[in-house]
Amino acid sequence: MYSAETLESRSEMTNIDTEDTTTATPRDRHSETPPSKVEVRDLRLWYGDTQALFDVNMDIQERQVTALIGPSGCGKSSFLRCLNRMNDLVPGVHIEGRVELDGEDIYDPSVDVVQLRSHVGMVFQKPNPFPKSIYENIAYAPRLHGLVNGRSEMDDLVEMSIRRAGLWNEVADRLHTPGTALSGGQQQRLCIARAIAVSPEVILMDEPASALDPLATATIEELIDELKDNYTIVIVTHNLQQAARVAGYTAFFHLGRVVEFNDTDTLFTNPREQKTEDYITGRYG
Amino acid sequence: MKLKGSRDNPLLRRRYRAERRFRTICGGAILLAVAFLVAFFADILNQGLPAFYYTEVKAQITYSQDTVELPPLAVSDKLRPVVSRGVLRVIPQEVEKNPDLLGTTVERWVPAKSDIDQFRKGHTNKLDDDVVQTVHELEQSGRLRTAFNTPFFTNGDSKLPEMAGIWSAAVGSIYLLVLTFLFAFPIGVMTAVYLEEFAPDNRLTQTIEVNINNLAAVPSILFGLLGLAVFINFFGVPRSSALVGGLTIGLMTLPIIIISSRAALRAVPDPIRLGALAMGATRWQVVRDHVLPLSLPGILTGTIIGLAQAIGETAPLIIVGLIAYIPDAPTSITQAATVLPAQVFTWASMPERAYVEKTAAGIVVLLVVLLSMNAAAVLLRRRFERRW
Repeated sequence: MYSAETLESRSEMTNIDTEDTTTATPRDRHSETPPSKVEVRDLRLWYGDTQALFDVNMDIQERQVTALIGPSGCGKSSFLRCLNRMNDLVPGVHIEGRVELDGEDIYDPSVDVVQLRSHVGMVFQKPNPFPKSIYENIAYAPRLHGLVNGRSEMDDLVEMSIRRAGLWNEVADRLHTPGTALSGGQQQRLCIARAIAVSPEVILMDEPASALDPLATATIEELIDELKDNYTIVIVTHNLQQAARVAGYTAFFHLGRVVEFNDTDTLFTNPREQKTEDYITGRYG
Repeated sequence: MKLKGSRDNPLLRRRYRAERRFRTICGGAILLAVAFLVAFFADILNQGLPAFYYTEVKAQITYSQDTVELPPLAVSDKLRPVVSRGVLRVIPQEVEKNPDLLGTTVERWVPAKSDIDQFRKGHTNKLDDDVVQTVHELEQSGRLRTAFNTPFFTNGDSKLPEMAGIWSAAVGSIYLLVLTFLFAFPIGVMTAVYLEEFAPDNRLTQTIEVNINNLAAVPSILFGLLGLAVFINFFGVPRSSALVGGLTIGLMTLPIIIISSRAALRAVPDPIRLGALAMGATRWQVVRDHVLPLSLPGILTGTIIGLAQAIGETAPLIIVGLIAYIPDAPTSITQAATVLPAQVFTWASMPERAYVEKTAAGIVVLLVVLLSMNAAAVLLRRRFERRW
């Protein structure tokens, strides 16, 4: 079984106090922006008796990068995993509220998680390619979901996915060698290629560059910037500069609440909340 | 900090002395264990290796109406105490099979009696003086020889030591092993997969887990009693058959397979499962496509070790009757059978001197089988071991 610890260190969750912080609400400019891809309403999450998320509300814009920042244990990863229901795997988890993808509540009893996850892909903190060939890594999910007919269609899809992940030039001549033999940065791009192979609408990234060196990180960031033309991306990061570089919108989480959610420039240059300012200026976190 | 002269520091010297003492004691323990092992192997080989050779005598065998009726007449009076009765008593069958033999005299090498064999191997004997005289004469005229003991590998058990072999016991062991595998492997692996990949972590599954671990520690003879009560008395499986033995030993092997399979499944890192789940694989697809292929070498290694243990098991098999006297190899799984360790046990309780070396030779065969199975497990692990 999957323990909460394997998903995110749970001990950090325990000293959440009930101090009243302003619940972030959809921003005032909501009406100017296009309809949001994901709407989160009053999301609350408990691990056993410990509440980890308090009334989270957020509108995630289509084809934009939304960064989730905040100190360790603030609930940003828990929130991220609510968006593709990976939290369902944690024993004792309890979730209330609504998460709507294109207006459909993904926690509706009639929603199948398998189907949901083909629409909402995920990239993990540590690159986790399957110990199979590069080709098989990409081909696995499309085959599961019955997306292609025949060998040549699959070849095309594999090439397209790897190209989009900016990995084609590096692996074109060794598609049938193990994916685990690639470097860390290449592995992570392979995982991104694997995620986009099923044409998801949303891609969740849980600190995708935190296990990589600066050069590989820069490559991943460039890739994220390109991908946002086609996909809605939600990225958890500890790296504030990274959030500032790649994200159009940024949400600051603290103690299980969204303290502030705004476009990235505003949040970093002119934060509304004192807490946000303290965090981004490095006073704690 | 003062480094110069620190080697003469009395406290440091005491610490090093203690370390040396401890290492010497540990080394001694290993030495002792190795010495026991060497002594054991040397003794078994010393006892058992002579059994792979035996004495043959060149005898003239007469096939006639008289000798068919009274086989001892087929050889001369002089050779009668030397030639094995096992050769003579099959004369009627030989003639029946090949009537052309009737009225001929054939000279060929045949097994000698075990007393003669033991005498030539220098063991104490109670041979009459004239027989000893005959043996010397035969020896001088080149009509006695030491040959490889083929009957030991091709014959079943016999009341004549020179005719007794391990073939039927080996066949019984193979039947048993195959049945044990067919019975325990699927059930064991499926149990492990369910407990490890699907079952919720609640009181019920914890109880099951604890009890499986306990089952692995239950004395094997209890499994024999269980097999007797359930398979023979309740389900009516034929007694002494390879089938009842396989089921009983299968029960005994089950916890070993479950425990080692669970360990192998647990060794597959969670990120691989999460990665597949996040792509919309179902639980079963994750298990089938990723977890099982990755853990299969570990599962097989554990299974081979479990089976190696099963092949050496005796006590529960005695209870379900696999200790029977089996001169001919069984041809079906419901026929009476015996297994290698049970055969060794039977021979060990025989009074004749010749069975002592048979016993040791049986142990040598058993050890060779066990060591090759364990070697296969090690090789499998080396070859397919994966690191993440």
